[in-house]
This record gives sequence, structure tokens and C-alpha cells, in this order.
Amino acid sequence: MKPSAEKKNKSAGRWQRFSGSRLSHPAVWLFWIAVWFLLSLLVHRELLLPGPLQVLQKLGSMMLTGAFWSSVALSLLRILGGILAALILGVLLAILTEYSSLAKALFSPLMLLVRSTPVVSFIILALIWLGRDILPLFISALMVLPVVWANVSAGIAGRDPQLMEMARVYRLPRGRVFRRITVPSVLPHFRAALRSALGLGWKAGIAAEVLTVPKQAIGRMIYESKLYLETTELFAWTLTVILLSYVIERLLLRLVLLPGSVPKAKDISGQKEEVGRA
Amino acid sequence: MLELKEISLSFWGNAVLSKCSLHLAPGDRIALMGPSGCGKTTLLRTALSLQQPDSGTVICRARKPAAVFQEPRLLPWLTTLENVNLVLSDTPETLPAAQAWLDCMELGDSALLYPAELSGGMQQRVSLARALACKPDLLVLDEPFKGLDTALNDRILEVLKKALDGASLLLATHREEEALALGCRIVRYNAGQFVS
Repeated sequence: MKPSAEKKNKSAGRWQRFSGSRLSHPAVWLFWIAVWFLLSLLVHRELLLPGPLQVLQKLGSMMLTGAFWSSVALSLLRILGGILAALILGVLLAILTEYSSLAKALFSPLMLLVRSTPVVSFIILALIWLGRDILPLFISALMVLPVVWANVSAGIAGRDPQLMEMARVYRLPRGRVFRRITVPSVLPHFRAALRSALGLGWKAGIAAEVLTVPKQAIGRMIYESKLYLETTELFAWTLTVILLSYVIERLLLRLVLLPGSVPKAKDISGQKEEVGRA
Repeated sequence: MLELKEISLSFWGNAVLSKCSLHLAPGDRIALMGPSGCGKTTLLRTALSLQQPDSGTVICRARKPAAVFQEPRLLPWLTTLENVNLVLSDTPETLPAAQAWLDCMELGDSALLYPAELSGGMQQRVSLARALACKPDLLVLDEPFKGLDTALNDRILEVLKKALDGASLLLATHREEEALALGCRIVRYNAGQFVS
């Protein structure tokens, strides 16, 4: 390799750890916070662009109030409720459409329609039909449903046909085929769906709250901050939304189904001993 | 046990099976022999009802059929032991039986390994252990000894011969000595038809 090319590769490697999957490297975040800080110094007007320290200070003072925690709790309840409902419904619908061509013909265009329609159209439409307290739940569910359905359907359709033939020859019971072949085949797709669903559902739910202004909600707080030109508070609430989204994603991805689909040999070492004893 | 009546099948106009008939009585052992690509696998797939013929009838009276395909077809997320146990009750109670079949196939030490950690020949032996574990009354084997060395092949053949125990056998192979070792009646097969 030419020395110049080698130097170029070395340089690329040096920065690689700051990019791609390591996007959350603390140095990257510190860089952007420094840019924000410098910009706020340049603008020098809190109303237009508050600095990171002012926002953190505001967030700290907000966290000392009960209204903050009740808004966070109720928003979480509504939006996570919607996501959970969509996960359950999406999986059931995917099973139905993969096993029934009539159901597939009926639901596929509907899912495509929901995916292509702007979320604001649904929010305004649903505002006419539903109460404002339940609307964020409905919108989160509606946005997440097609994503879960598409991913789980792809997982079911993508089951290894050779394994399915083997199951057929051995006349394995349906329940066993579902547990041993279908679930492990769908799991990586469900995991991908869950990751997209959390981000999408959370953002759509907050947007719905901003537009419908339910009683106690993060969206209402964001709306009121904008109304009273409380820019620092607006930033603090936005930061809350980002932090909550990050924490929920981390927690759920760790708690729900996220160990690898192939267990490690050490996980079943007890089983080996059991066989030995028998 | 298994009856194929005038089975015909063609892919894109090419006849793969032409009015093939085969009768496998309980306890019968038949070896299909013929060159590669002559349609042996298609015939076995048709016998297992994995392939619909264009015409003709397949009657399978087996209560417990089992098959070893050319590919091992093991579940990659299950251990070797769990793969064998899958065709038993798939509960801890039948694990010792599954382990015993792995021991017969000289794979006792690989029980907790995943298929990806095994060689092709070892995977094929797991597939054989799985087929024998369910005590089949009809066993369909499609070149099951591929990738095994001669000494091991002979030992596995011996295990298979003992394990068959009255079961009907339909074997596709290139090697006559395998067919003879298993006591099979040899049927030559070429260009979609039986030639003897």
C-alpha cells in the first residue's frame, strides 16, 4: 500500500470511533454542546437562544415541582400505552395477514395508507372523534402499528422454508412450530420494529399533545412555553423529551427480548448436568 | 406403507418424473440409485408430500415418518441436543433419550454446541440422530452419508441398520455398498423413470 493511502486509512480509522455506531461518544456531544454555548454567547438573547447552562438550571428547577413529574408520568402513560397497544395489535394483525390471503388483501393497502398519511392529518381528524386526553395514545398507536405489522409480517414470511418442510415431515405440532421456528425467526424483525416504534410513537405522541393540549402533559407544557415565549423552558422540556426517549429506548431494549436469539452454551450448562445425571 | 401411482412431474416443460410407480410395504427397504440430477430427490420430496405431482397419486400410510435431507436442516438457534429433542416431546423428560441418540452417532460431547459450531458431516449425523430418535415407521434418506469419512460411515451404517428395526426405508444414494449394507433392494432410476 502506498504511504499516502496508508496515512489516509489511519486517519479514517482514528475518526471512525466517533462516527457510525459510536455516535453517542461523549466527545461528540461535548463538541455540539460547546457549539450551542458559543452560539448562545454570540446571540446573547435568552429569548432567542438560551445557553446550555441556563437550560439545565431551568430543568433542575422544573424537576423540583410536582407539575413536572405529573406531566411526565401522564405523557409516558399515554404514549407508552399507545405503543404497547400497537405492538400487540401489530403482531396479531401480522399473524392474521400472513395466514390469510383475504386479510392480507384487505389490510395491506390500509397499512400503506396509514404509513403515507402525515401525522398532523390524523391528529386533527382524531381531535374531532376522540377526547383530547386519549388522543396521544391513539396517535402513537396509529403511527407504530404499520411499522410493527410490516416487520413482523416480514419475519413470518421469511421463515426458512427448509425448516418448515422439516417440521411438516416430522408432523411437529403447530404450537411447537410456532415456539421453536416462528418466534425465533420473527424475533430480530420484532426487535427492529420495537426500536423504530419507540422513537416514532414517542415523537408522534408528543406532537399530538402539543396540538391537542391535554390536561397534564409534556406537550401542553411545550405549547404553553411557546405561548408565553418562555424559550428556556421550551428548551428544557425538549431536553426532557429527548432524555426520556433515550432512557425508555435503552430500558426497553434491554428488558424486552433483547438478549441474542441464539443462547450461549454457558446458559444451558445446567441442562447438560441434568442430562448427565439422568 | 408408501405407494406412488404413476407419478408425473415436470419443471418448465422438462419431465422430471414420468409415470413413476413405487410400492414400499411395511419393513421394505428400497434404494434409489442413479446419476446426479436424475430426479431422485424430487421423487423423495413427492413421496413426503413436499412436492405436488402434476398427475398420479401418493398414498402414505406412515404414522411416524422421518427424513434426512441432503442439507441437515437443523434449527440454528437450538443446541444439537435440543434439535434432536425437538422431534421427541421437546421437554426435559426426553433429553436423556435425545442424548442417547447423539451418543450413538458419536456426538455425545457436542450436545451443547450449536449447528454453526459443527462441521457439515457432524450436522448430518445430528440430522440422522433426529430422524432415528422419533422411532419412525417410514424413513426417507436423501444421500445422508455425504461428508462422512469411510470408517465413520461404516459405523454409522451399522447403527442405522440396527435402529431401523422393521421400519420401511427409502434411500437415495450413489453408493451401492451403502444400499447393500442396509439390506436394500436396489432400484435404478434415470431421466425420471425406473430402469430396472
